[in-house]
Amino acid sequence: MQFFFEVLIAGLLSGVMYALVALGFVLIFKASGVFNFAQGAMVFFAALTVVGLKEEFGFPLWAAIPATMLVMVLLGIATERIVLRPLVNQHDITLFMATIGLTFFLEGFAQLVWGSNVRKLDLGIEDVPIEFVMSRTGMLISQFDVIAAIICAILVATLVILFNKTKVGRALRAVADDHQAALSVGIPLQHVWAIVWAVAGFVALVAGLLWGARNGVQFALTFVALKALPVLIIGGFTSIPGAIVGGLIIGASEKLAEVYIGPHVGGGIEGWFPYVLALVFLLVRPEGLFGEKIIRRI
Amino acid sequence: MIYRESGQYKTSYVNDSQIFPIKQDRYAVLAIIAFAFLVIPFIATPYFFSAILIPFLIFSLAALGLNILTGYAGQISLGTAAFMAVGAFASYNFMLRVPGMPILLAFILGGVCAAIVGIIFGLPSLRIRGFYLAASTLATQFFVVWCLTKVPWFTNNSSSGVITAQQIQILGFKFDSPQEKYLLVLAIVCVLALLAKNMVRSTVGRSWMAVRDMDVAAEVIGFRIMKTKLTAFAVSSFYCGVAGALYAFCYLGTVEPEAYNLDLSFRILFMVIIGGLGSILGSFFGAGFIVLLPIFLSFVVHATGLPNSVTSNVELMVFGALIIFFLIVEPHGLARLWQIGKEKLRLWPFPH
Repeated sequence: MQFFFEVLIAGLLSGVMYALVALGFVLIFKASGVFNFAQGAMVFFAALTVVGLKEEFGFPLWAAIPATMLVMVLLGIATERIVLRPLVNQHDITLFMATIGLTFFLEGFAQLVWGSNVRKLDLGIEDVPIEFVMSRTGMLISQFDVIAAIICAILVATLVILFNKTKVGRALRAVADDHQAALSVGIPLQHVWAIVWAVAGFVALVAGLLWGARNGVQFALTFVALKALPVLIIGGFTSIPGAIVGGLIIGASEKLAEVYIGPHVGGGIEGWFPYVLALVFLLVRPEGLFGEKIIRRI
Repeated sequence: MIYRESGQYKTSYVNDSQIFPIKQDRYAVLAIIAFAFLVIPFIATPYFFSAILIPFLIFSLAALGLNILTGYAGQISLGTAAFMAVGAFASYNFMLRVPGMPILLAFILGGVCAAIVGIIFGLPSLRIRGFYLAASTLATQFFVVWCLTKVPWFTNNSSSGVITAQQIQILGFKFDSPQEKYLLVLAIVCVLALLAKNMVRSTVGRSWMAVRDMDVAAEVIGFRIMKTKLTAFAVSSFYCGVAGALYAFCYLGTVEPEAYNLDLSFRILFMVIIGGLGSILGSFFGAGFIVLLPIFLSFVVHATGLPNSVTSNVELMVFGALIIFFLIVEPHGLARLWQIGKEKLRLWPFPH
């Protein structure tokens, strides 16, 4: 039983990391209806920029992070100007393909500037079991994971406050509800989109720091984005709490499945289990756990 | 200017409903097919066959399959490579386990197996649509490739997972050289493309388009959504399955799960989008573009004499940027550009 809980908690904590990536998707989808495939590339780009600034230019960590933040904001604004603005009113799938193009561009750009070696990112948090929990219950729970979860919680709380209590947040929600209505009451659509992309860039930076510190900053980070997709399906594309809950469900079920079902079928089921779980889930609730109910009229 | 359609009067329904109702189109298609069959085999080099022509034809077929699903029936799929893998492995196993199996029949059966898998993984499309569907088709991609890697029966207990495809032999004639393989692929692609061209203007094709444009409305006027969507998945997967079998037998020469990764799915989706959604011709344009672009780019970038690590990244960047550029300039794809060009030429040199 103790082993079960250990796996469960490890799964939940890794789910938090998935949720972080999913959060970036949700923000952009909510505000602009764009399914941003480039989120994974943004995570990679952000992490690589932090490490690059630190190693190549000797920035200390506390300076590298705001500098990268600035880069991500500029990237968000540039994306809005160059990619999204000319494609307003196009098909959803066209926008989706454009973000895939952006993915290729960012991957190439990041590696062109910083090289394609695997780099180590040290945030000063050690990946060791917490002694307090270990001595009390005998469970091994990583300190790093817990701190990551706390950071994630702070981030989500900030975003929720930003969305619900500030003027910018109100504009964001208005745009998310109805582009045209928002425009007609005088909300500058382009500014709002630029802000959303910048915020998504910030979320990507946080995700990149945590994932990079965990697994090393490498090209494989871009695949993390794919794991965020089943999280989105379960949570719903338009819900921030959904992204968190979906992340937890996926993280926990994937680890449990790998440990308890994996050995019977040859292992490695972590790769597809979340997708099949999401698929089954969709058959029951097509709009996800917290997504807006889709009402279709003729 | 180049040609005018006026003066071609149809006097019977049979005439009116042929695939290419305009005489010049008919001759042009015949001329292209004749050129591909009779002239190209004698002028092209082996490199040209195996690096450009064969992949171009195979990818065109796969893009055609995906275009049926995404362009005509409106269901986005990111699992194309998985259906191709099913086709390839099914063909391989039919050849391996059924003695005296003709290879063309094995290709067709491979396509049928892919169609069955397509129907199974198409079931969620009855409940979900749009990006939810796209994300859930990723399940197909990962599950199928995992299955093929993990179940030893599929790979005939090969330890490395890489198997050499069987020799292609039809009625005692061996297809060995790139030239012969090219002719085989060309013949299959021609037949299937004409079939698709015909299918999309029949009842089936029209019901797909009705469902694509608005499925609720289509249901109200009496289309059976379940049947329509599942036939779209079945036909599309059949095409992809045959393309996958050809990819393994005629292009790679090996059958391996890793060749059918997510990257391939995306490449084919690119072909469909860049070529033009809902256009048979567009699938060919798109495949040509995506096959030629990397070759062209690497040629250009290598000519600059930069180190290798730089060029591969520059290639990636240019590829991404070009895709964005194309989408901005012409979101309806190369097929639309072709159409615009044709209309312009019709009035040239005296536009209104």
